Amino acid sequence: MFADWPLLSLLVWLPIVGGVAVLLSGDKGGSEGSRRLALIISVATFVLSLGLYTNFDSATSAMQFEERFEWIGDFNIYYHLGVDGISMPLIILTTFTTILVILAGWEVIQKRASQYMAAFLIMEGLMIGVFSALDSMFFYVFWEAMLIPMFVIIGVWGGPNRVYATIKFFIYTFFGSVFMLVAMIYMYYQSGSFAILDMHNLNLGMTEQTLIFFAFLAAFAVKVPMWPVHTWLPDAHVEAPTGGSVILAAIMLKIGGYGFIRFALPITPDASMSYDWLIIAMSLIAIVYIGFVALVQSDMKKLVAYSSIAHMGFVTLGLFSVFQILNNPANVDITGAVLAIEGAMVQMISHGFISGAMFLMIGVLYDRMHSREIADYGGVVNTMPVFAAFAVFFAMSNAGLPGTSGFVGEFMVILAVFKANFWIAFLAAITLILGAAYTLWMVKRVFYGEVTNENVKALKDLNQRELLIMSILAVSILALGLYPAPLVDVMHASVDNLLQHITQSKLP
Amino acid sequence: MDMELIYLAIPLASLFGAIIAGFFGKAIGRSGAHTVTIAGVASSFILSLMAYNHIVLQAGDIYNQTVYTWMVSDGLRFEIGFLVDKLTVMMMCVVTGVSLMVHIYTIGYMRDDPGYQRFFSYISLFTFSMLMLVMSNNFLQLFFGWEAVGLVSYLLIGFWYKKETAIYANLKAFLVNRVGDFGFILGIAAVVMYAGSLDYKEVFAAAPQISNQVLDIGFGEWSVISVICILLFIGAMGKSAQVPLHVWLPDSMEGPTPISALIHAATMVTAGIFMVARMSPLFEFSEAALTFVMIIGAITALFMGLIGIVQNDIKRVVAYSTLSQLGYMTVALGVSAYSAAVFHLMTHAFFKALLFLGAGSVIIAMHHEQDMRKMGGLRKYMPITWITSLIGSLALIGFPGFSGFFSKDSIILAVGASDLPGADIVHWMVLAGVFITAFYSFRMYFMVFHGKERMDEHTKKHLHETPWVVTVPLIALAIPSVIIGWMTIEPMLFGSYFADAIVVHESNNVMATLKESFHGQWAMVEHGIFSLPFLLALSGVVAAWYIYLKNPQIADKAQEKFSFIHKMLDKKYWIDELYVKVFSDGSRVLGKGFWKAGDVTIIDGLIINGSAKVVGWFAGVVRHVQTGMLYHYAFVMILGLVGLLYLFANPAS
Repeated sequence: MFADWPLLSLLVWLPIVGGVAVLLSGDKGGSEGSRRLALIISVATFVLSLGLYTNFDSATSAMQFEERFEWIGDFNIYYHLGVDGISMPLIILTTFTTILVILAGWEVIQKRASQYMAAFLIMEGLMIGVFSALDSMFFYVFWEAMLIPMFVIIGVWGGPNRVYATIKFFIYTFFGSVFMLVAMIYMYYQSGSFAILDMHNLNLGMTEQTLIFFAFLAAFAVKVPMWPVHTWLPDAHVEAPTGGSVILAAIMLKIGGYGFIRFALPITPDASMSYDWLIIAMSLIAIVYIGFVALVQSDMKKLVAYSSIAHMGFVTLGLFSVFQILNNPANVDITGAVLAIEGAMVQMISHGFISGAMFLMIGVLYDRMHSREIADYGGVVNTMPVFAAFAVFFAMSNAGLPGTSGFVGEFMVILAVFKANFWIAFLAAITLILGAAYTLWMVKRVFYGEVTNENVKALKDLNQRELLIMSILAVSILALGLYPAPLVDVMHASVDNLLQHITQSKLP
Repeated sequence: MDMELIYLAIPLASLFGAIIAGFFGKAIGRSGAHTVTIAGVASSFILSLMAYNHIVLQAGDIYNQTVYTWMVSDGLRFEIGFLVDKLTVMMMCVVTGVSLMVHIYTIGYMRDDPGYQRFFSYISLFTFSMLMLVMSNNFLQLFFGWEAVGLVSYLLIGFWYKKETAIYANLKAFLVNRVGDFGFILGIAAVVMYAGSLDYKEVFAAAPQISNQVLDIGFGEWSVISVICILLFIGAMGKSAQVPLHVWLPDSMEGPTPISALIHAATMVTAGIFMVARMSPLFEFSEAALTFVMIIGAITALFMGLIGIVQNDIKRVVAYSTLSQLGYMTVALGVSAYSAAVFHLMTHAFFKALLFLGAGSVIIAMHHEQDMRKMGGLRKYMPITWITSLIGSLALIGFPGFSGFFSKDSIILAVGASDLPGADIVHWMVLAGVFITAFYSFRMYFMVFHGKERMDEHTKKHLHETPWVVTVPLIALAIPSVIIGWMTIEPMLFGSYFADAIVVHESNNVMATLKESFHGQWAMVEHGIFSLPFLLALSGVVAAWYIYLKNPQIADKAQEKFSFIHKMLDKKYWIDELYVKVFSDGSRVLGKGFWKAGDVTIIDGLIINGSAKVVGWFAGVVRHVQTGMLYHYAFVMILGLVGLLYLFANPAS
């Protein structure tokens, strides 16, 4: 299906154009029409994105569904799109999550509903652009443009402290990306091309590599976010409306991880190797330190935000432990490096589902009680038994229970990093305890026990729409946890190719 | 008939029941829920018996196949697959058999509970998970089952979710188990790194080669196989509640009694024992790990039994007894008597499930009163519960001829025959444990079934034997509690029953030594009557009888006289308090500290908002430069021009 279509262009532009149409449809005479239009567009985009999967050739590491036109000829900038086994799953995650976000905002968003839906659709197109752009300038345009709808979403539909949060979010991410822009321009002067794949083949001296590596680090570490540049995330989540939090956690954070895979590792492998200890240390701090911080949060959204940082620590840990893994004189056939990178990838996809589910879950409570404070709840299971069942399931996935997707990536990364160093694996595995502790302790205080107050007593269980959203997520998390092969299989060729770039010195 | 289909159907039948009762509980109603789950588990049980018939009686082929490939990454195959050999079929029969009894019993025990369907769904789900655990042929599925039974245990301990103690206990159980799993997952990672596979068969084949390697973990080099085995055993310590990860098991008694019998006595807690027995091809290479296992087991066996003496809650006595018996099994593993450990696992599953269900029957009759000080003389009112509980107690203390006698005496003999460093001290510890076991078991027995009737009048008036759904499982479990040891000791311990599943090196083979002095069950019983363990058990019973029945003042006097010891046992050596202070309060303090000092003060306060302030300040300063006076600007331009000219004139500088 769709094999001959310019799929990637459609995926980028359908939601953007559709978003503009939704915007124009306006809210006069009710928002029902614009909601429906938004839903139709997001479902259509998702169906189109499935075409990427069904027509994907997992035997090759070459870019697929490529489209390339000259854009700004004087600077060799191209409208250049294409995907490989690393970006394709992320695009499907994006289109999937957008549907849920549209559904989640259905009756909840009463203020300027059409603008709300439009913002998410436009952002969807821009994020797909980020994942599919093969020209670094084109990538950069999407990368920066993506901030605008998110800025608007938090700024307009956000909580009381939204101005501080949006500015913090904007400055943090903008600060990082400026360095990336400089690095890209430098590489353009070296190679005469802005094509990302050309940059992969560029020979760079150690000084240049180091500078470029840190420029990328500044951009991507903020997005992931890695400790210590993570403090914008809890603030942004707390102020963002549910849909904003979902997109932020499920997709935007992944762009940081994707950036490391697409730029930092293959372009500056030698610098990455000499500073891998730094990234590993930052990742382990994210896993352990942030785990403890998550434990003491009294705001549910903050707790899940910190939990996201800890889980994303596994992504960067997996990606940057490959050097040490490869250094280990292996005594068996399994290299460990592929496992580490694929584990990081699986963790990104899985975290998309689980963090999305966690924030939607909090949204369900927030819509009813207008509070995110754990202390305001207690005994919710008595009034919302169906919802509580989902909540326990999602919490268990967040704690990495086998059989859910949350287990797969963490397991792969722990297995792999054991080869790098016993203590790295030791510290990473602490997440088994901490992740369970902060998630289940929250579940205990919010859901279990006697009904603590009148507000909880008045709670109504999930409606049909919420039930649908929760079920879709639960099934996805379970499916990926019970049978991750379809996801992992599409990555192999691209990961092998990435490893070739990583293991080959780019020094002139 | 195709065995492959049977093996697949065994876990799936239970899963099917769980799904129907869980998702359609409302639609099918109470009787629908218990019918479908019992049908599911009964099918699992019958099919397990067929598997037993095929593998053991017909001497059929061992089954070791992949069901499906979970994923392949880096050349490493992650699979779901079954290994069905004699060890597995024995576990399958025990798990499904006890589970079936518990399912039937639950009809009576949970009769008035609003969560009836949910309960049946959970216990069937548990049966499925436990079957997946024991039937696994690889480490991935083992970990799946391992965590899945942990999940169901969490759900069931917290089944009465309104009860504060219950939801505290289930969180505690899950987290303490996670500490064990932390070691377990590292152990699996080590296996993958050194053996390059998750498949048991391939890993075991690589064991001799691994055993020569060393791992440098920063402080000295460690034998890889010892590291692997100790890490895996840490997992077993969590699941099988060995000291110091034992704290969750007594609290798990907050859950309904049927699950205490099924999960926290007969099956799940023995998963660790089963796992180590399964891993015997690895453990045999590490004397360090075996010694560690033995010592942990001995400490658990002795010191947890001691706590049982001072408990007044009927379920807690049985719980501490379970801890102590798990300790015995672990000791047996440590001295390479894996078959004796698994044998005791099996006999214990029957008589401990019986004791728990008997306690549950008493609790039903007492209108959910669990304090033994308010019981007494129940034998008149509940004859079946009384007789079956007596049988269970006799089996537990190892009365010659009962199942527990054969298994426990074998363990004690095996320890006596072991050459491991410390085995002689451990031998005395397990002997002392025999006296303690007898003492607390009959303390409980006398307090509940004999002596003065201490309950209030209202309860007394309504006392009567429990309905048949409760008593039939009691009788059904009492039969194997008596005879199963007699029937199976010869093939299991001294025959070739475990020859394919359990590996013992010649130098560690204590069971071979035992075999020389084994001349049939009769001889063992005759010899047992005059042996030290039985004398110790007998004196324990007599002491309990004298102190708690004949002359009850002694108990109070002793409590006063040895108040410190009593307090120490009553407080469970203050281990729970210590953990709460150190781990749960400690991590909250740590978290608060990290958050307030790191995130809020340093990163946000100093760096982020600080740099914003610096920018603001700098802008404030720089603003003064823009004076608006043209001659100021002209002057600066001239300065700049001069500077540039200087640079161009002297390019070398």
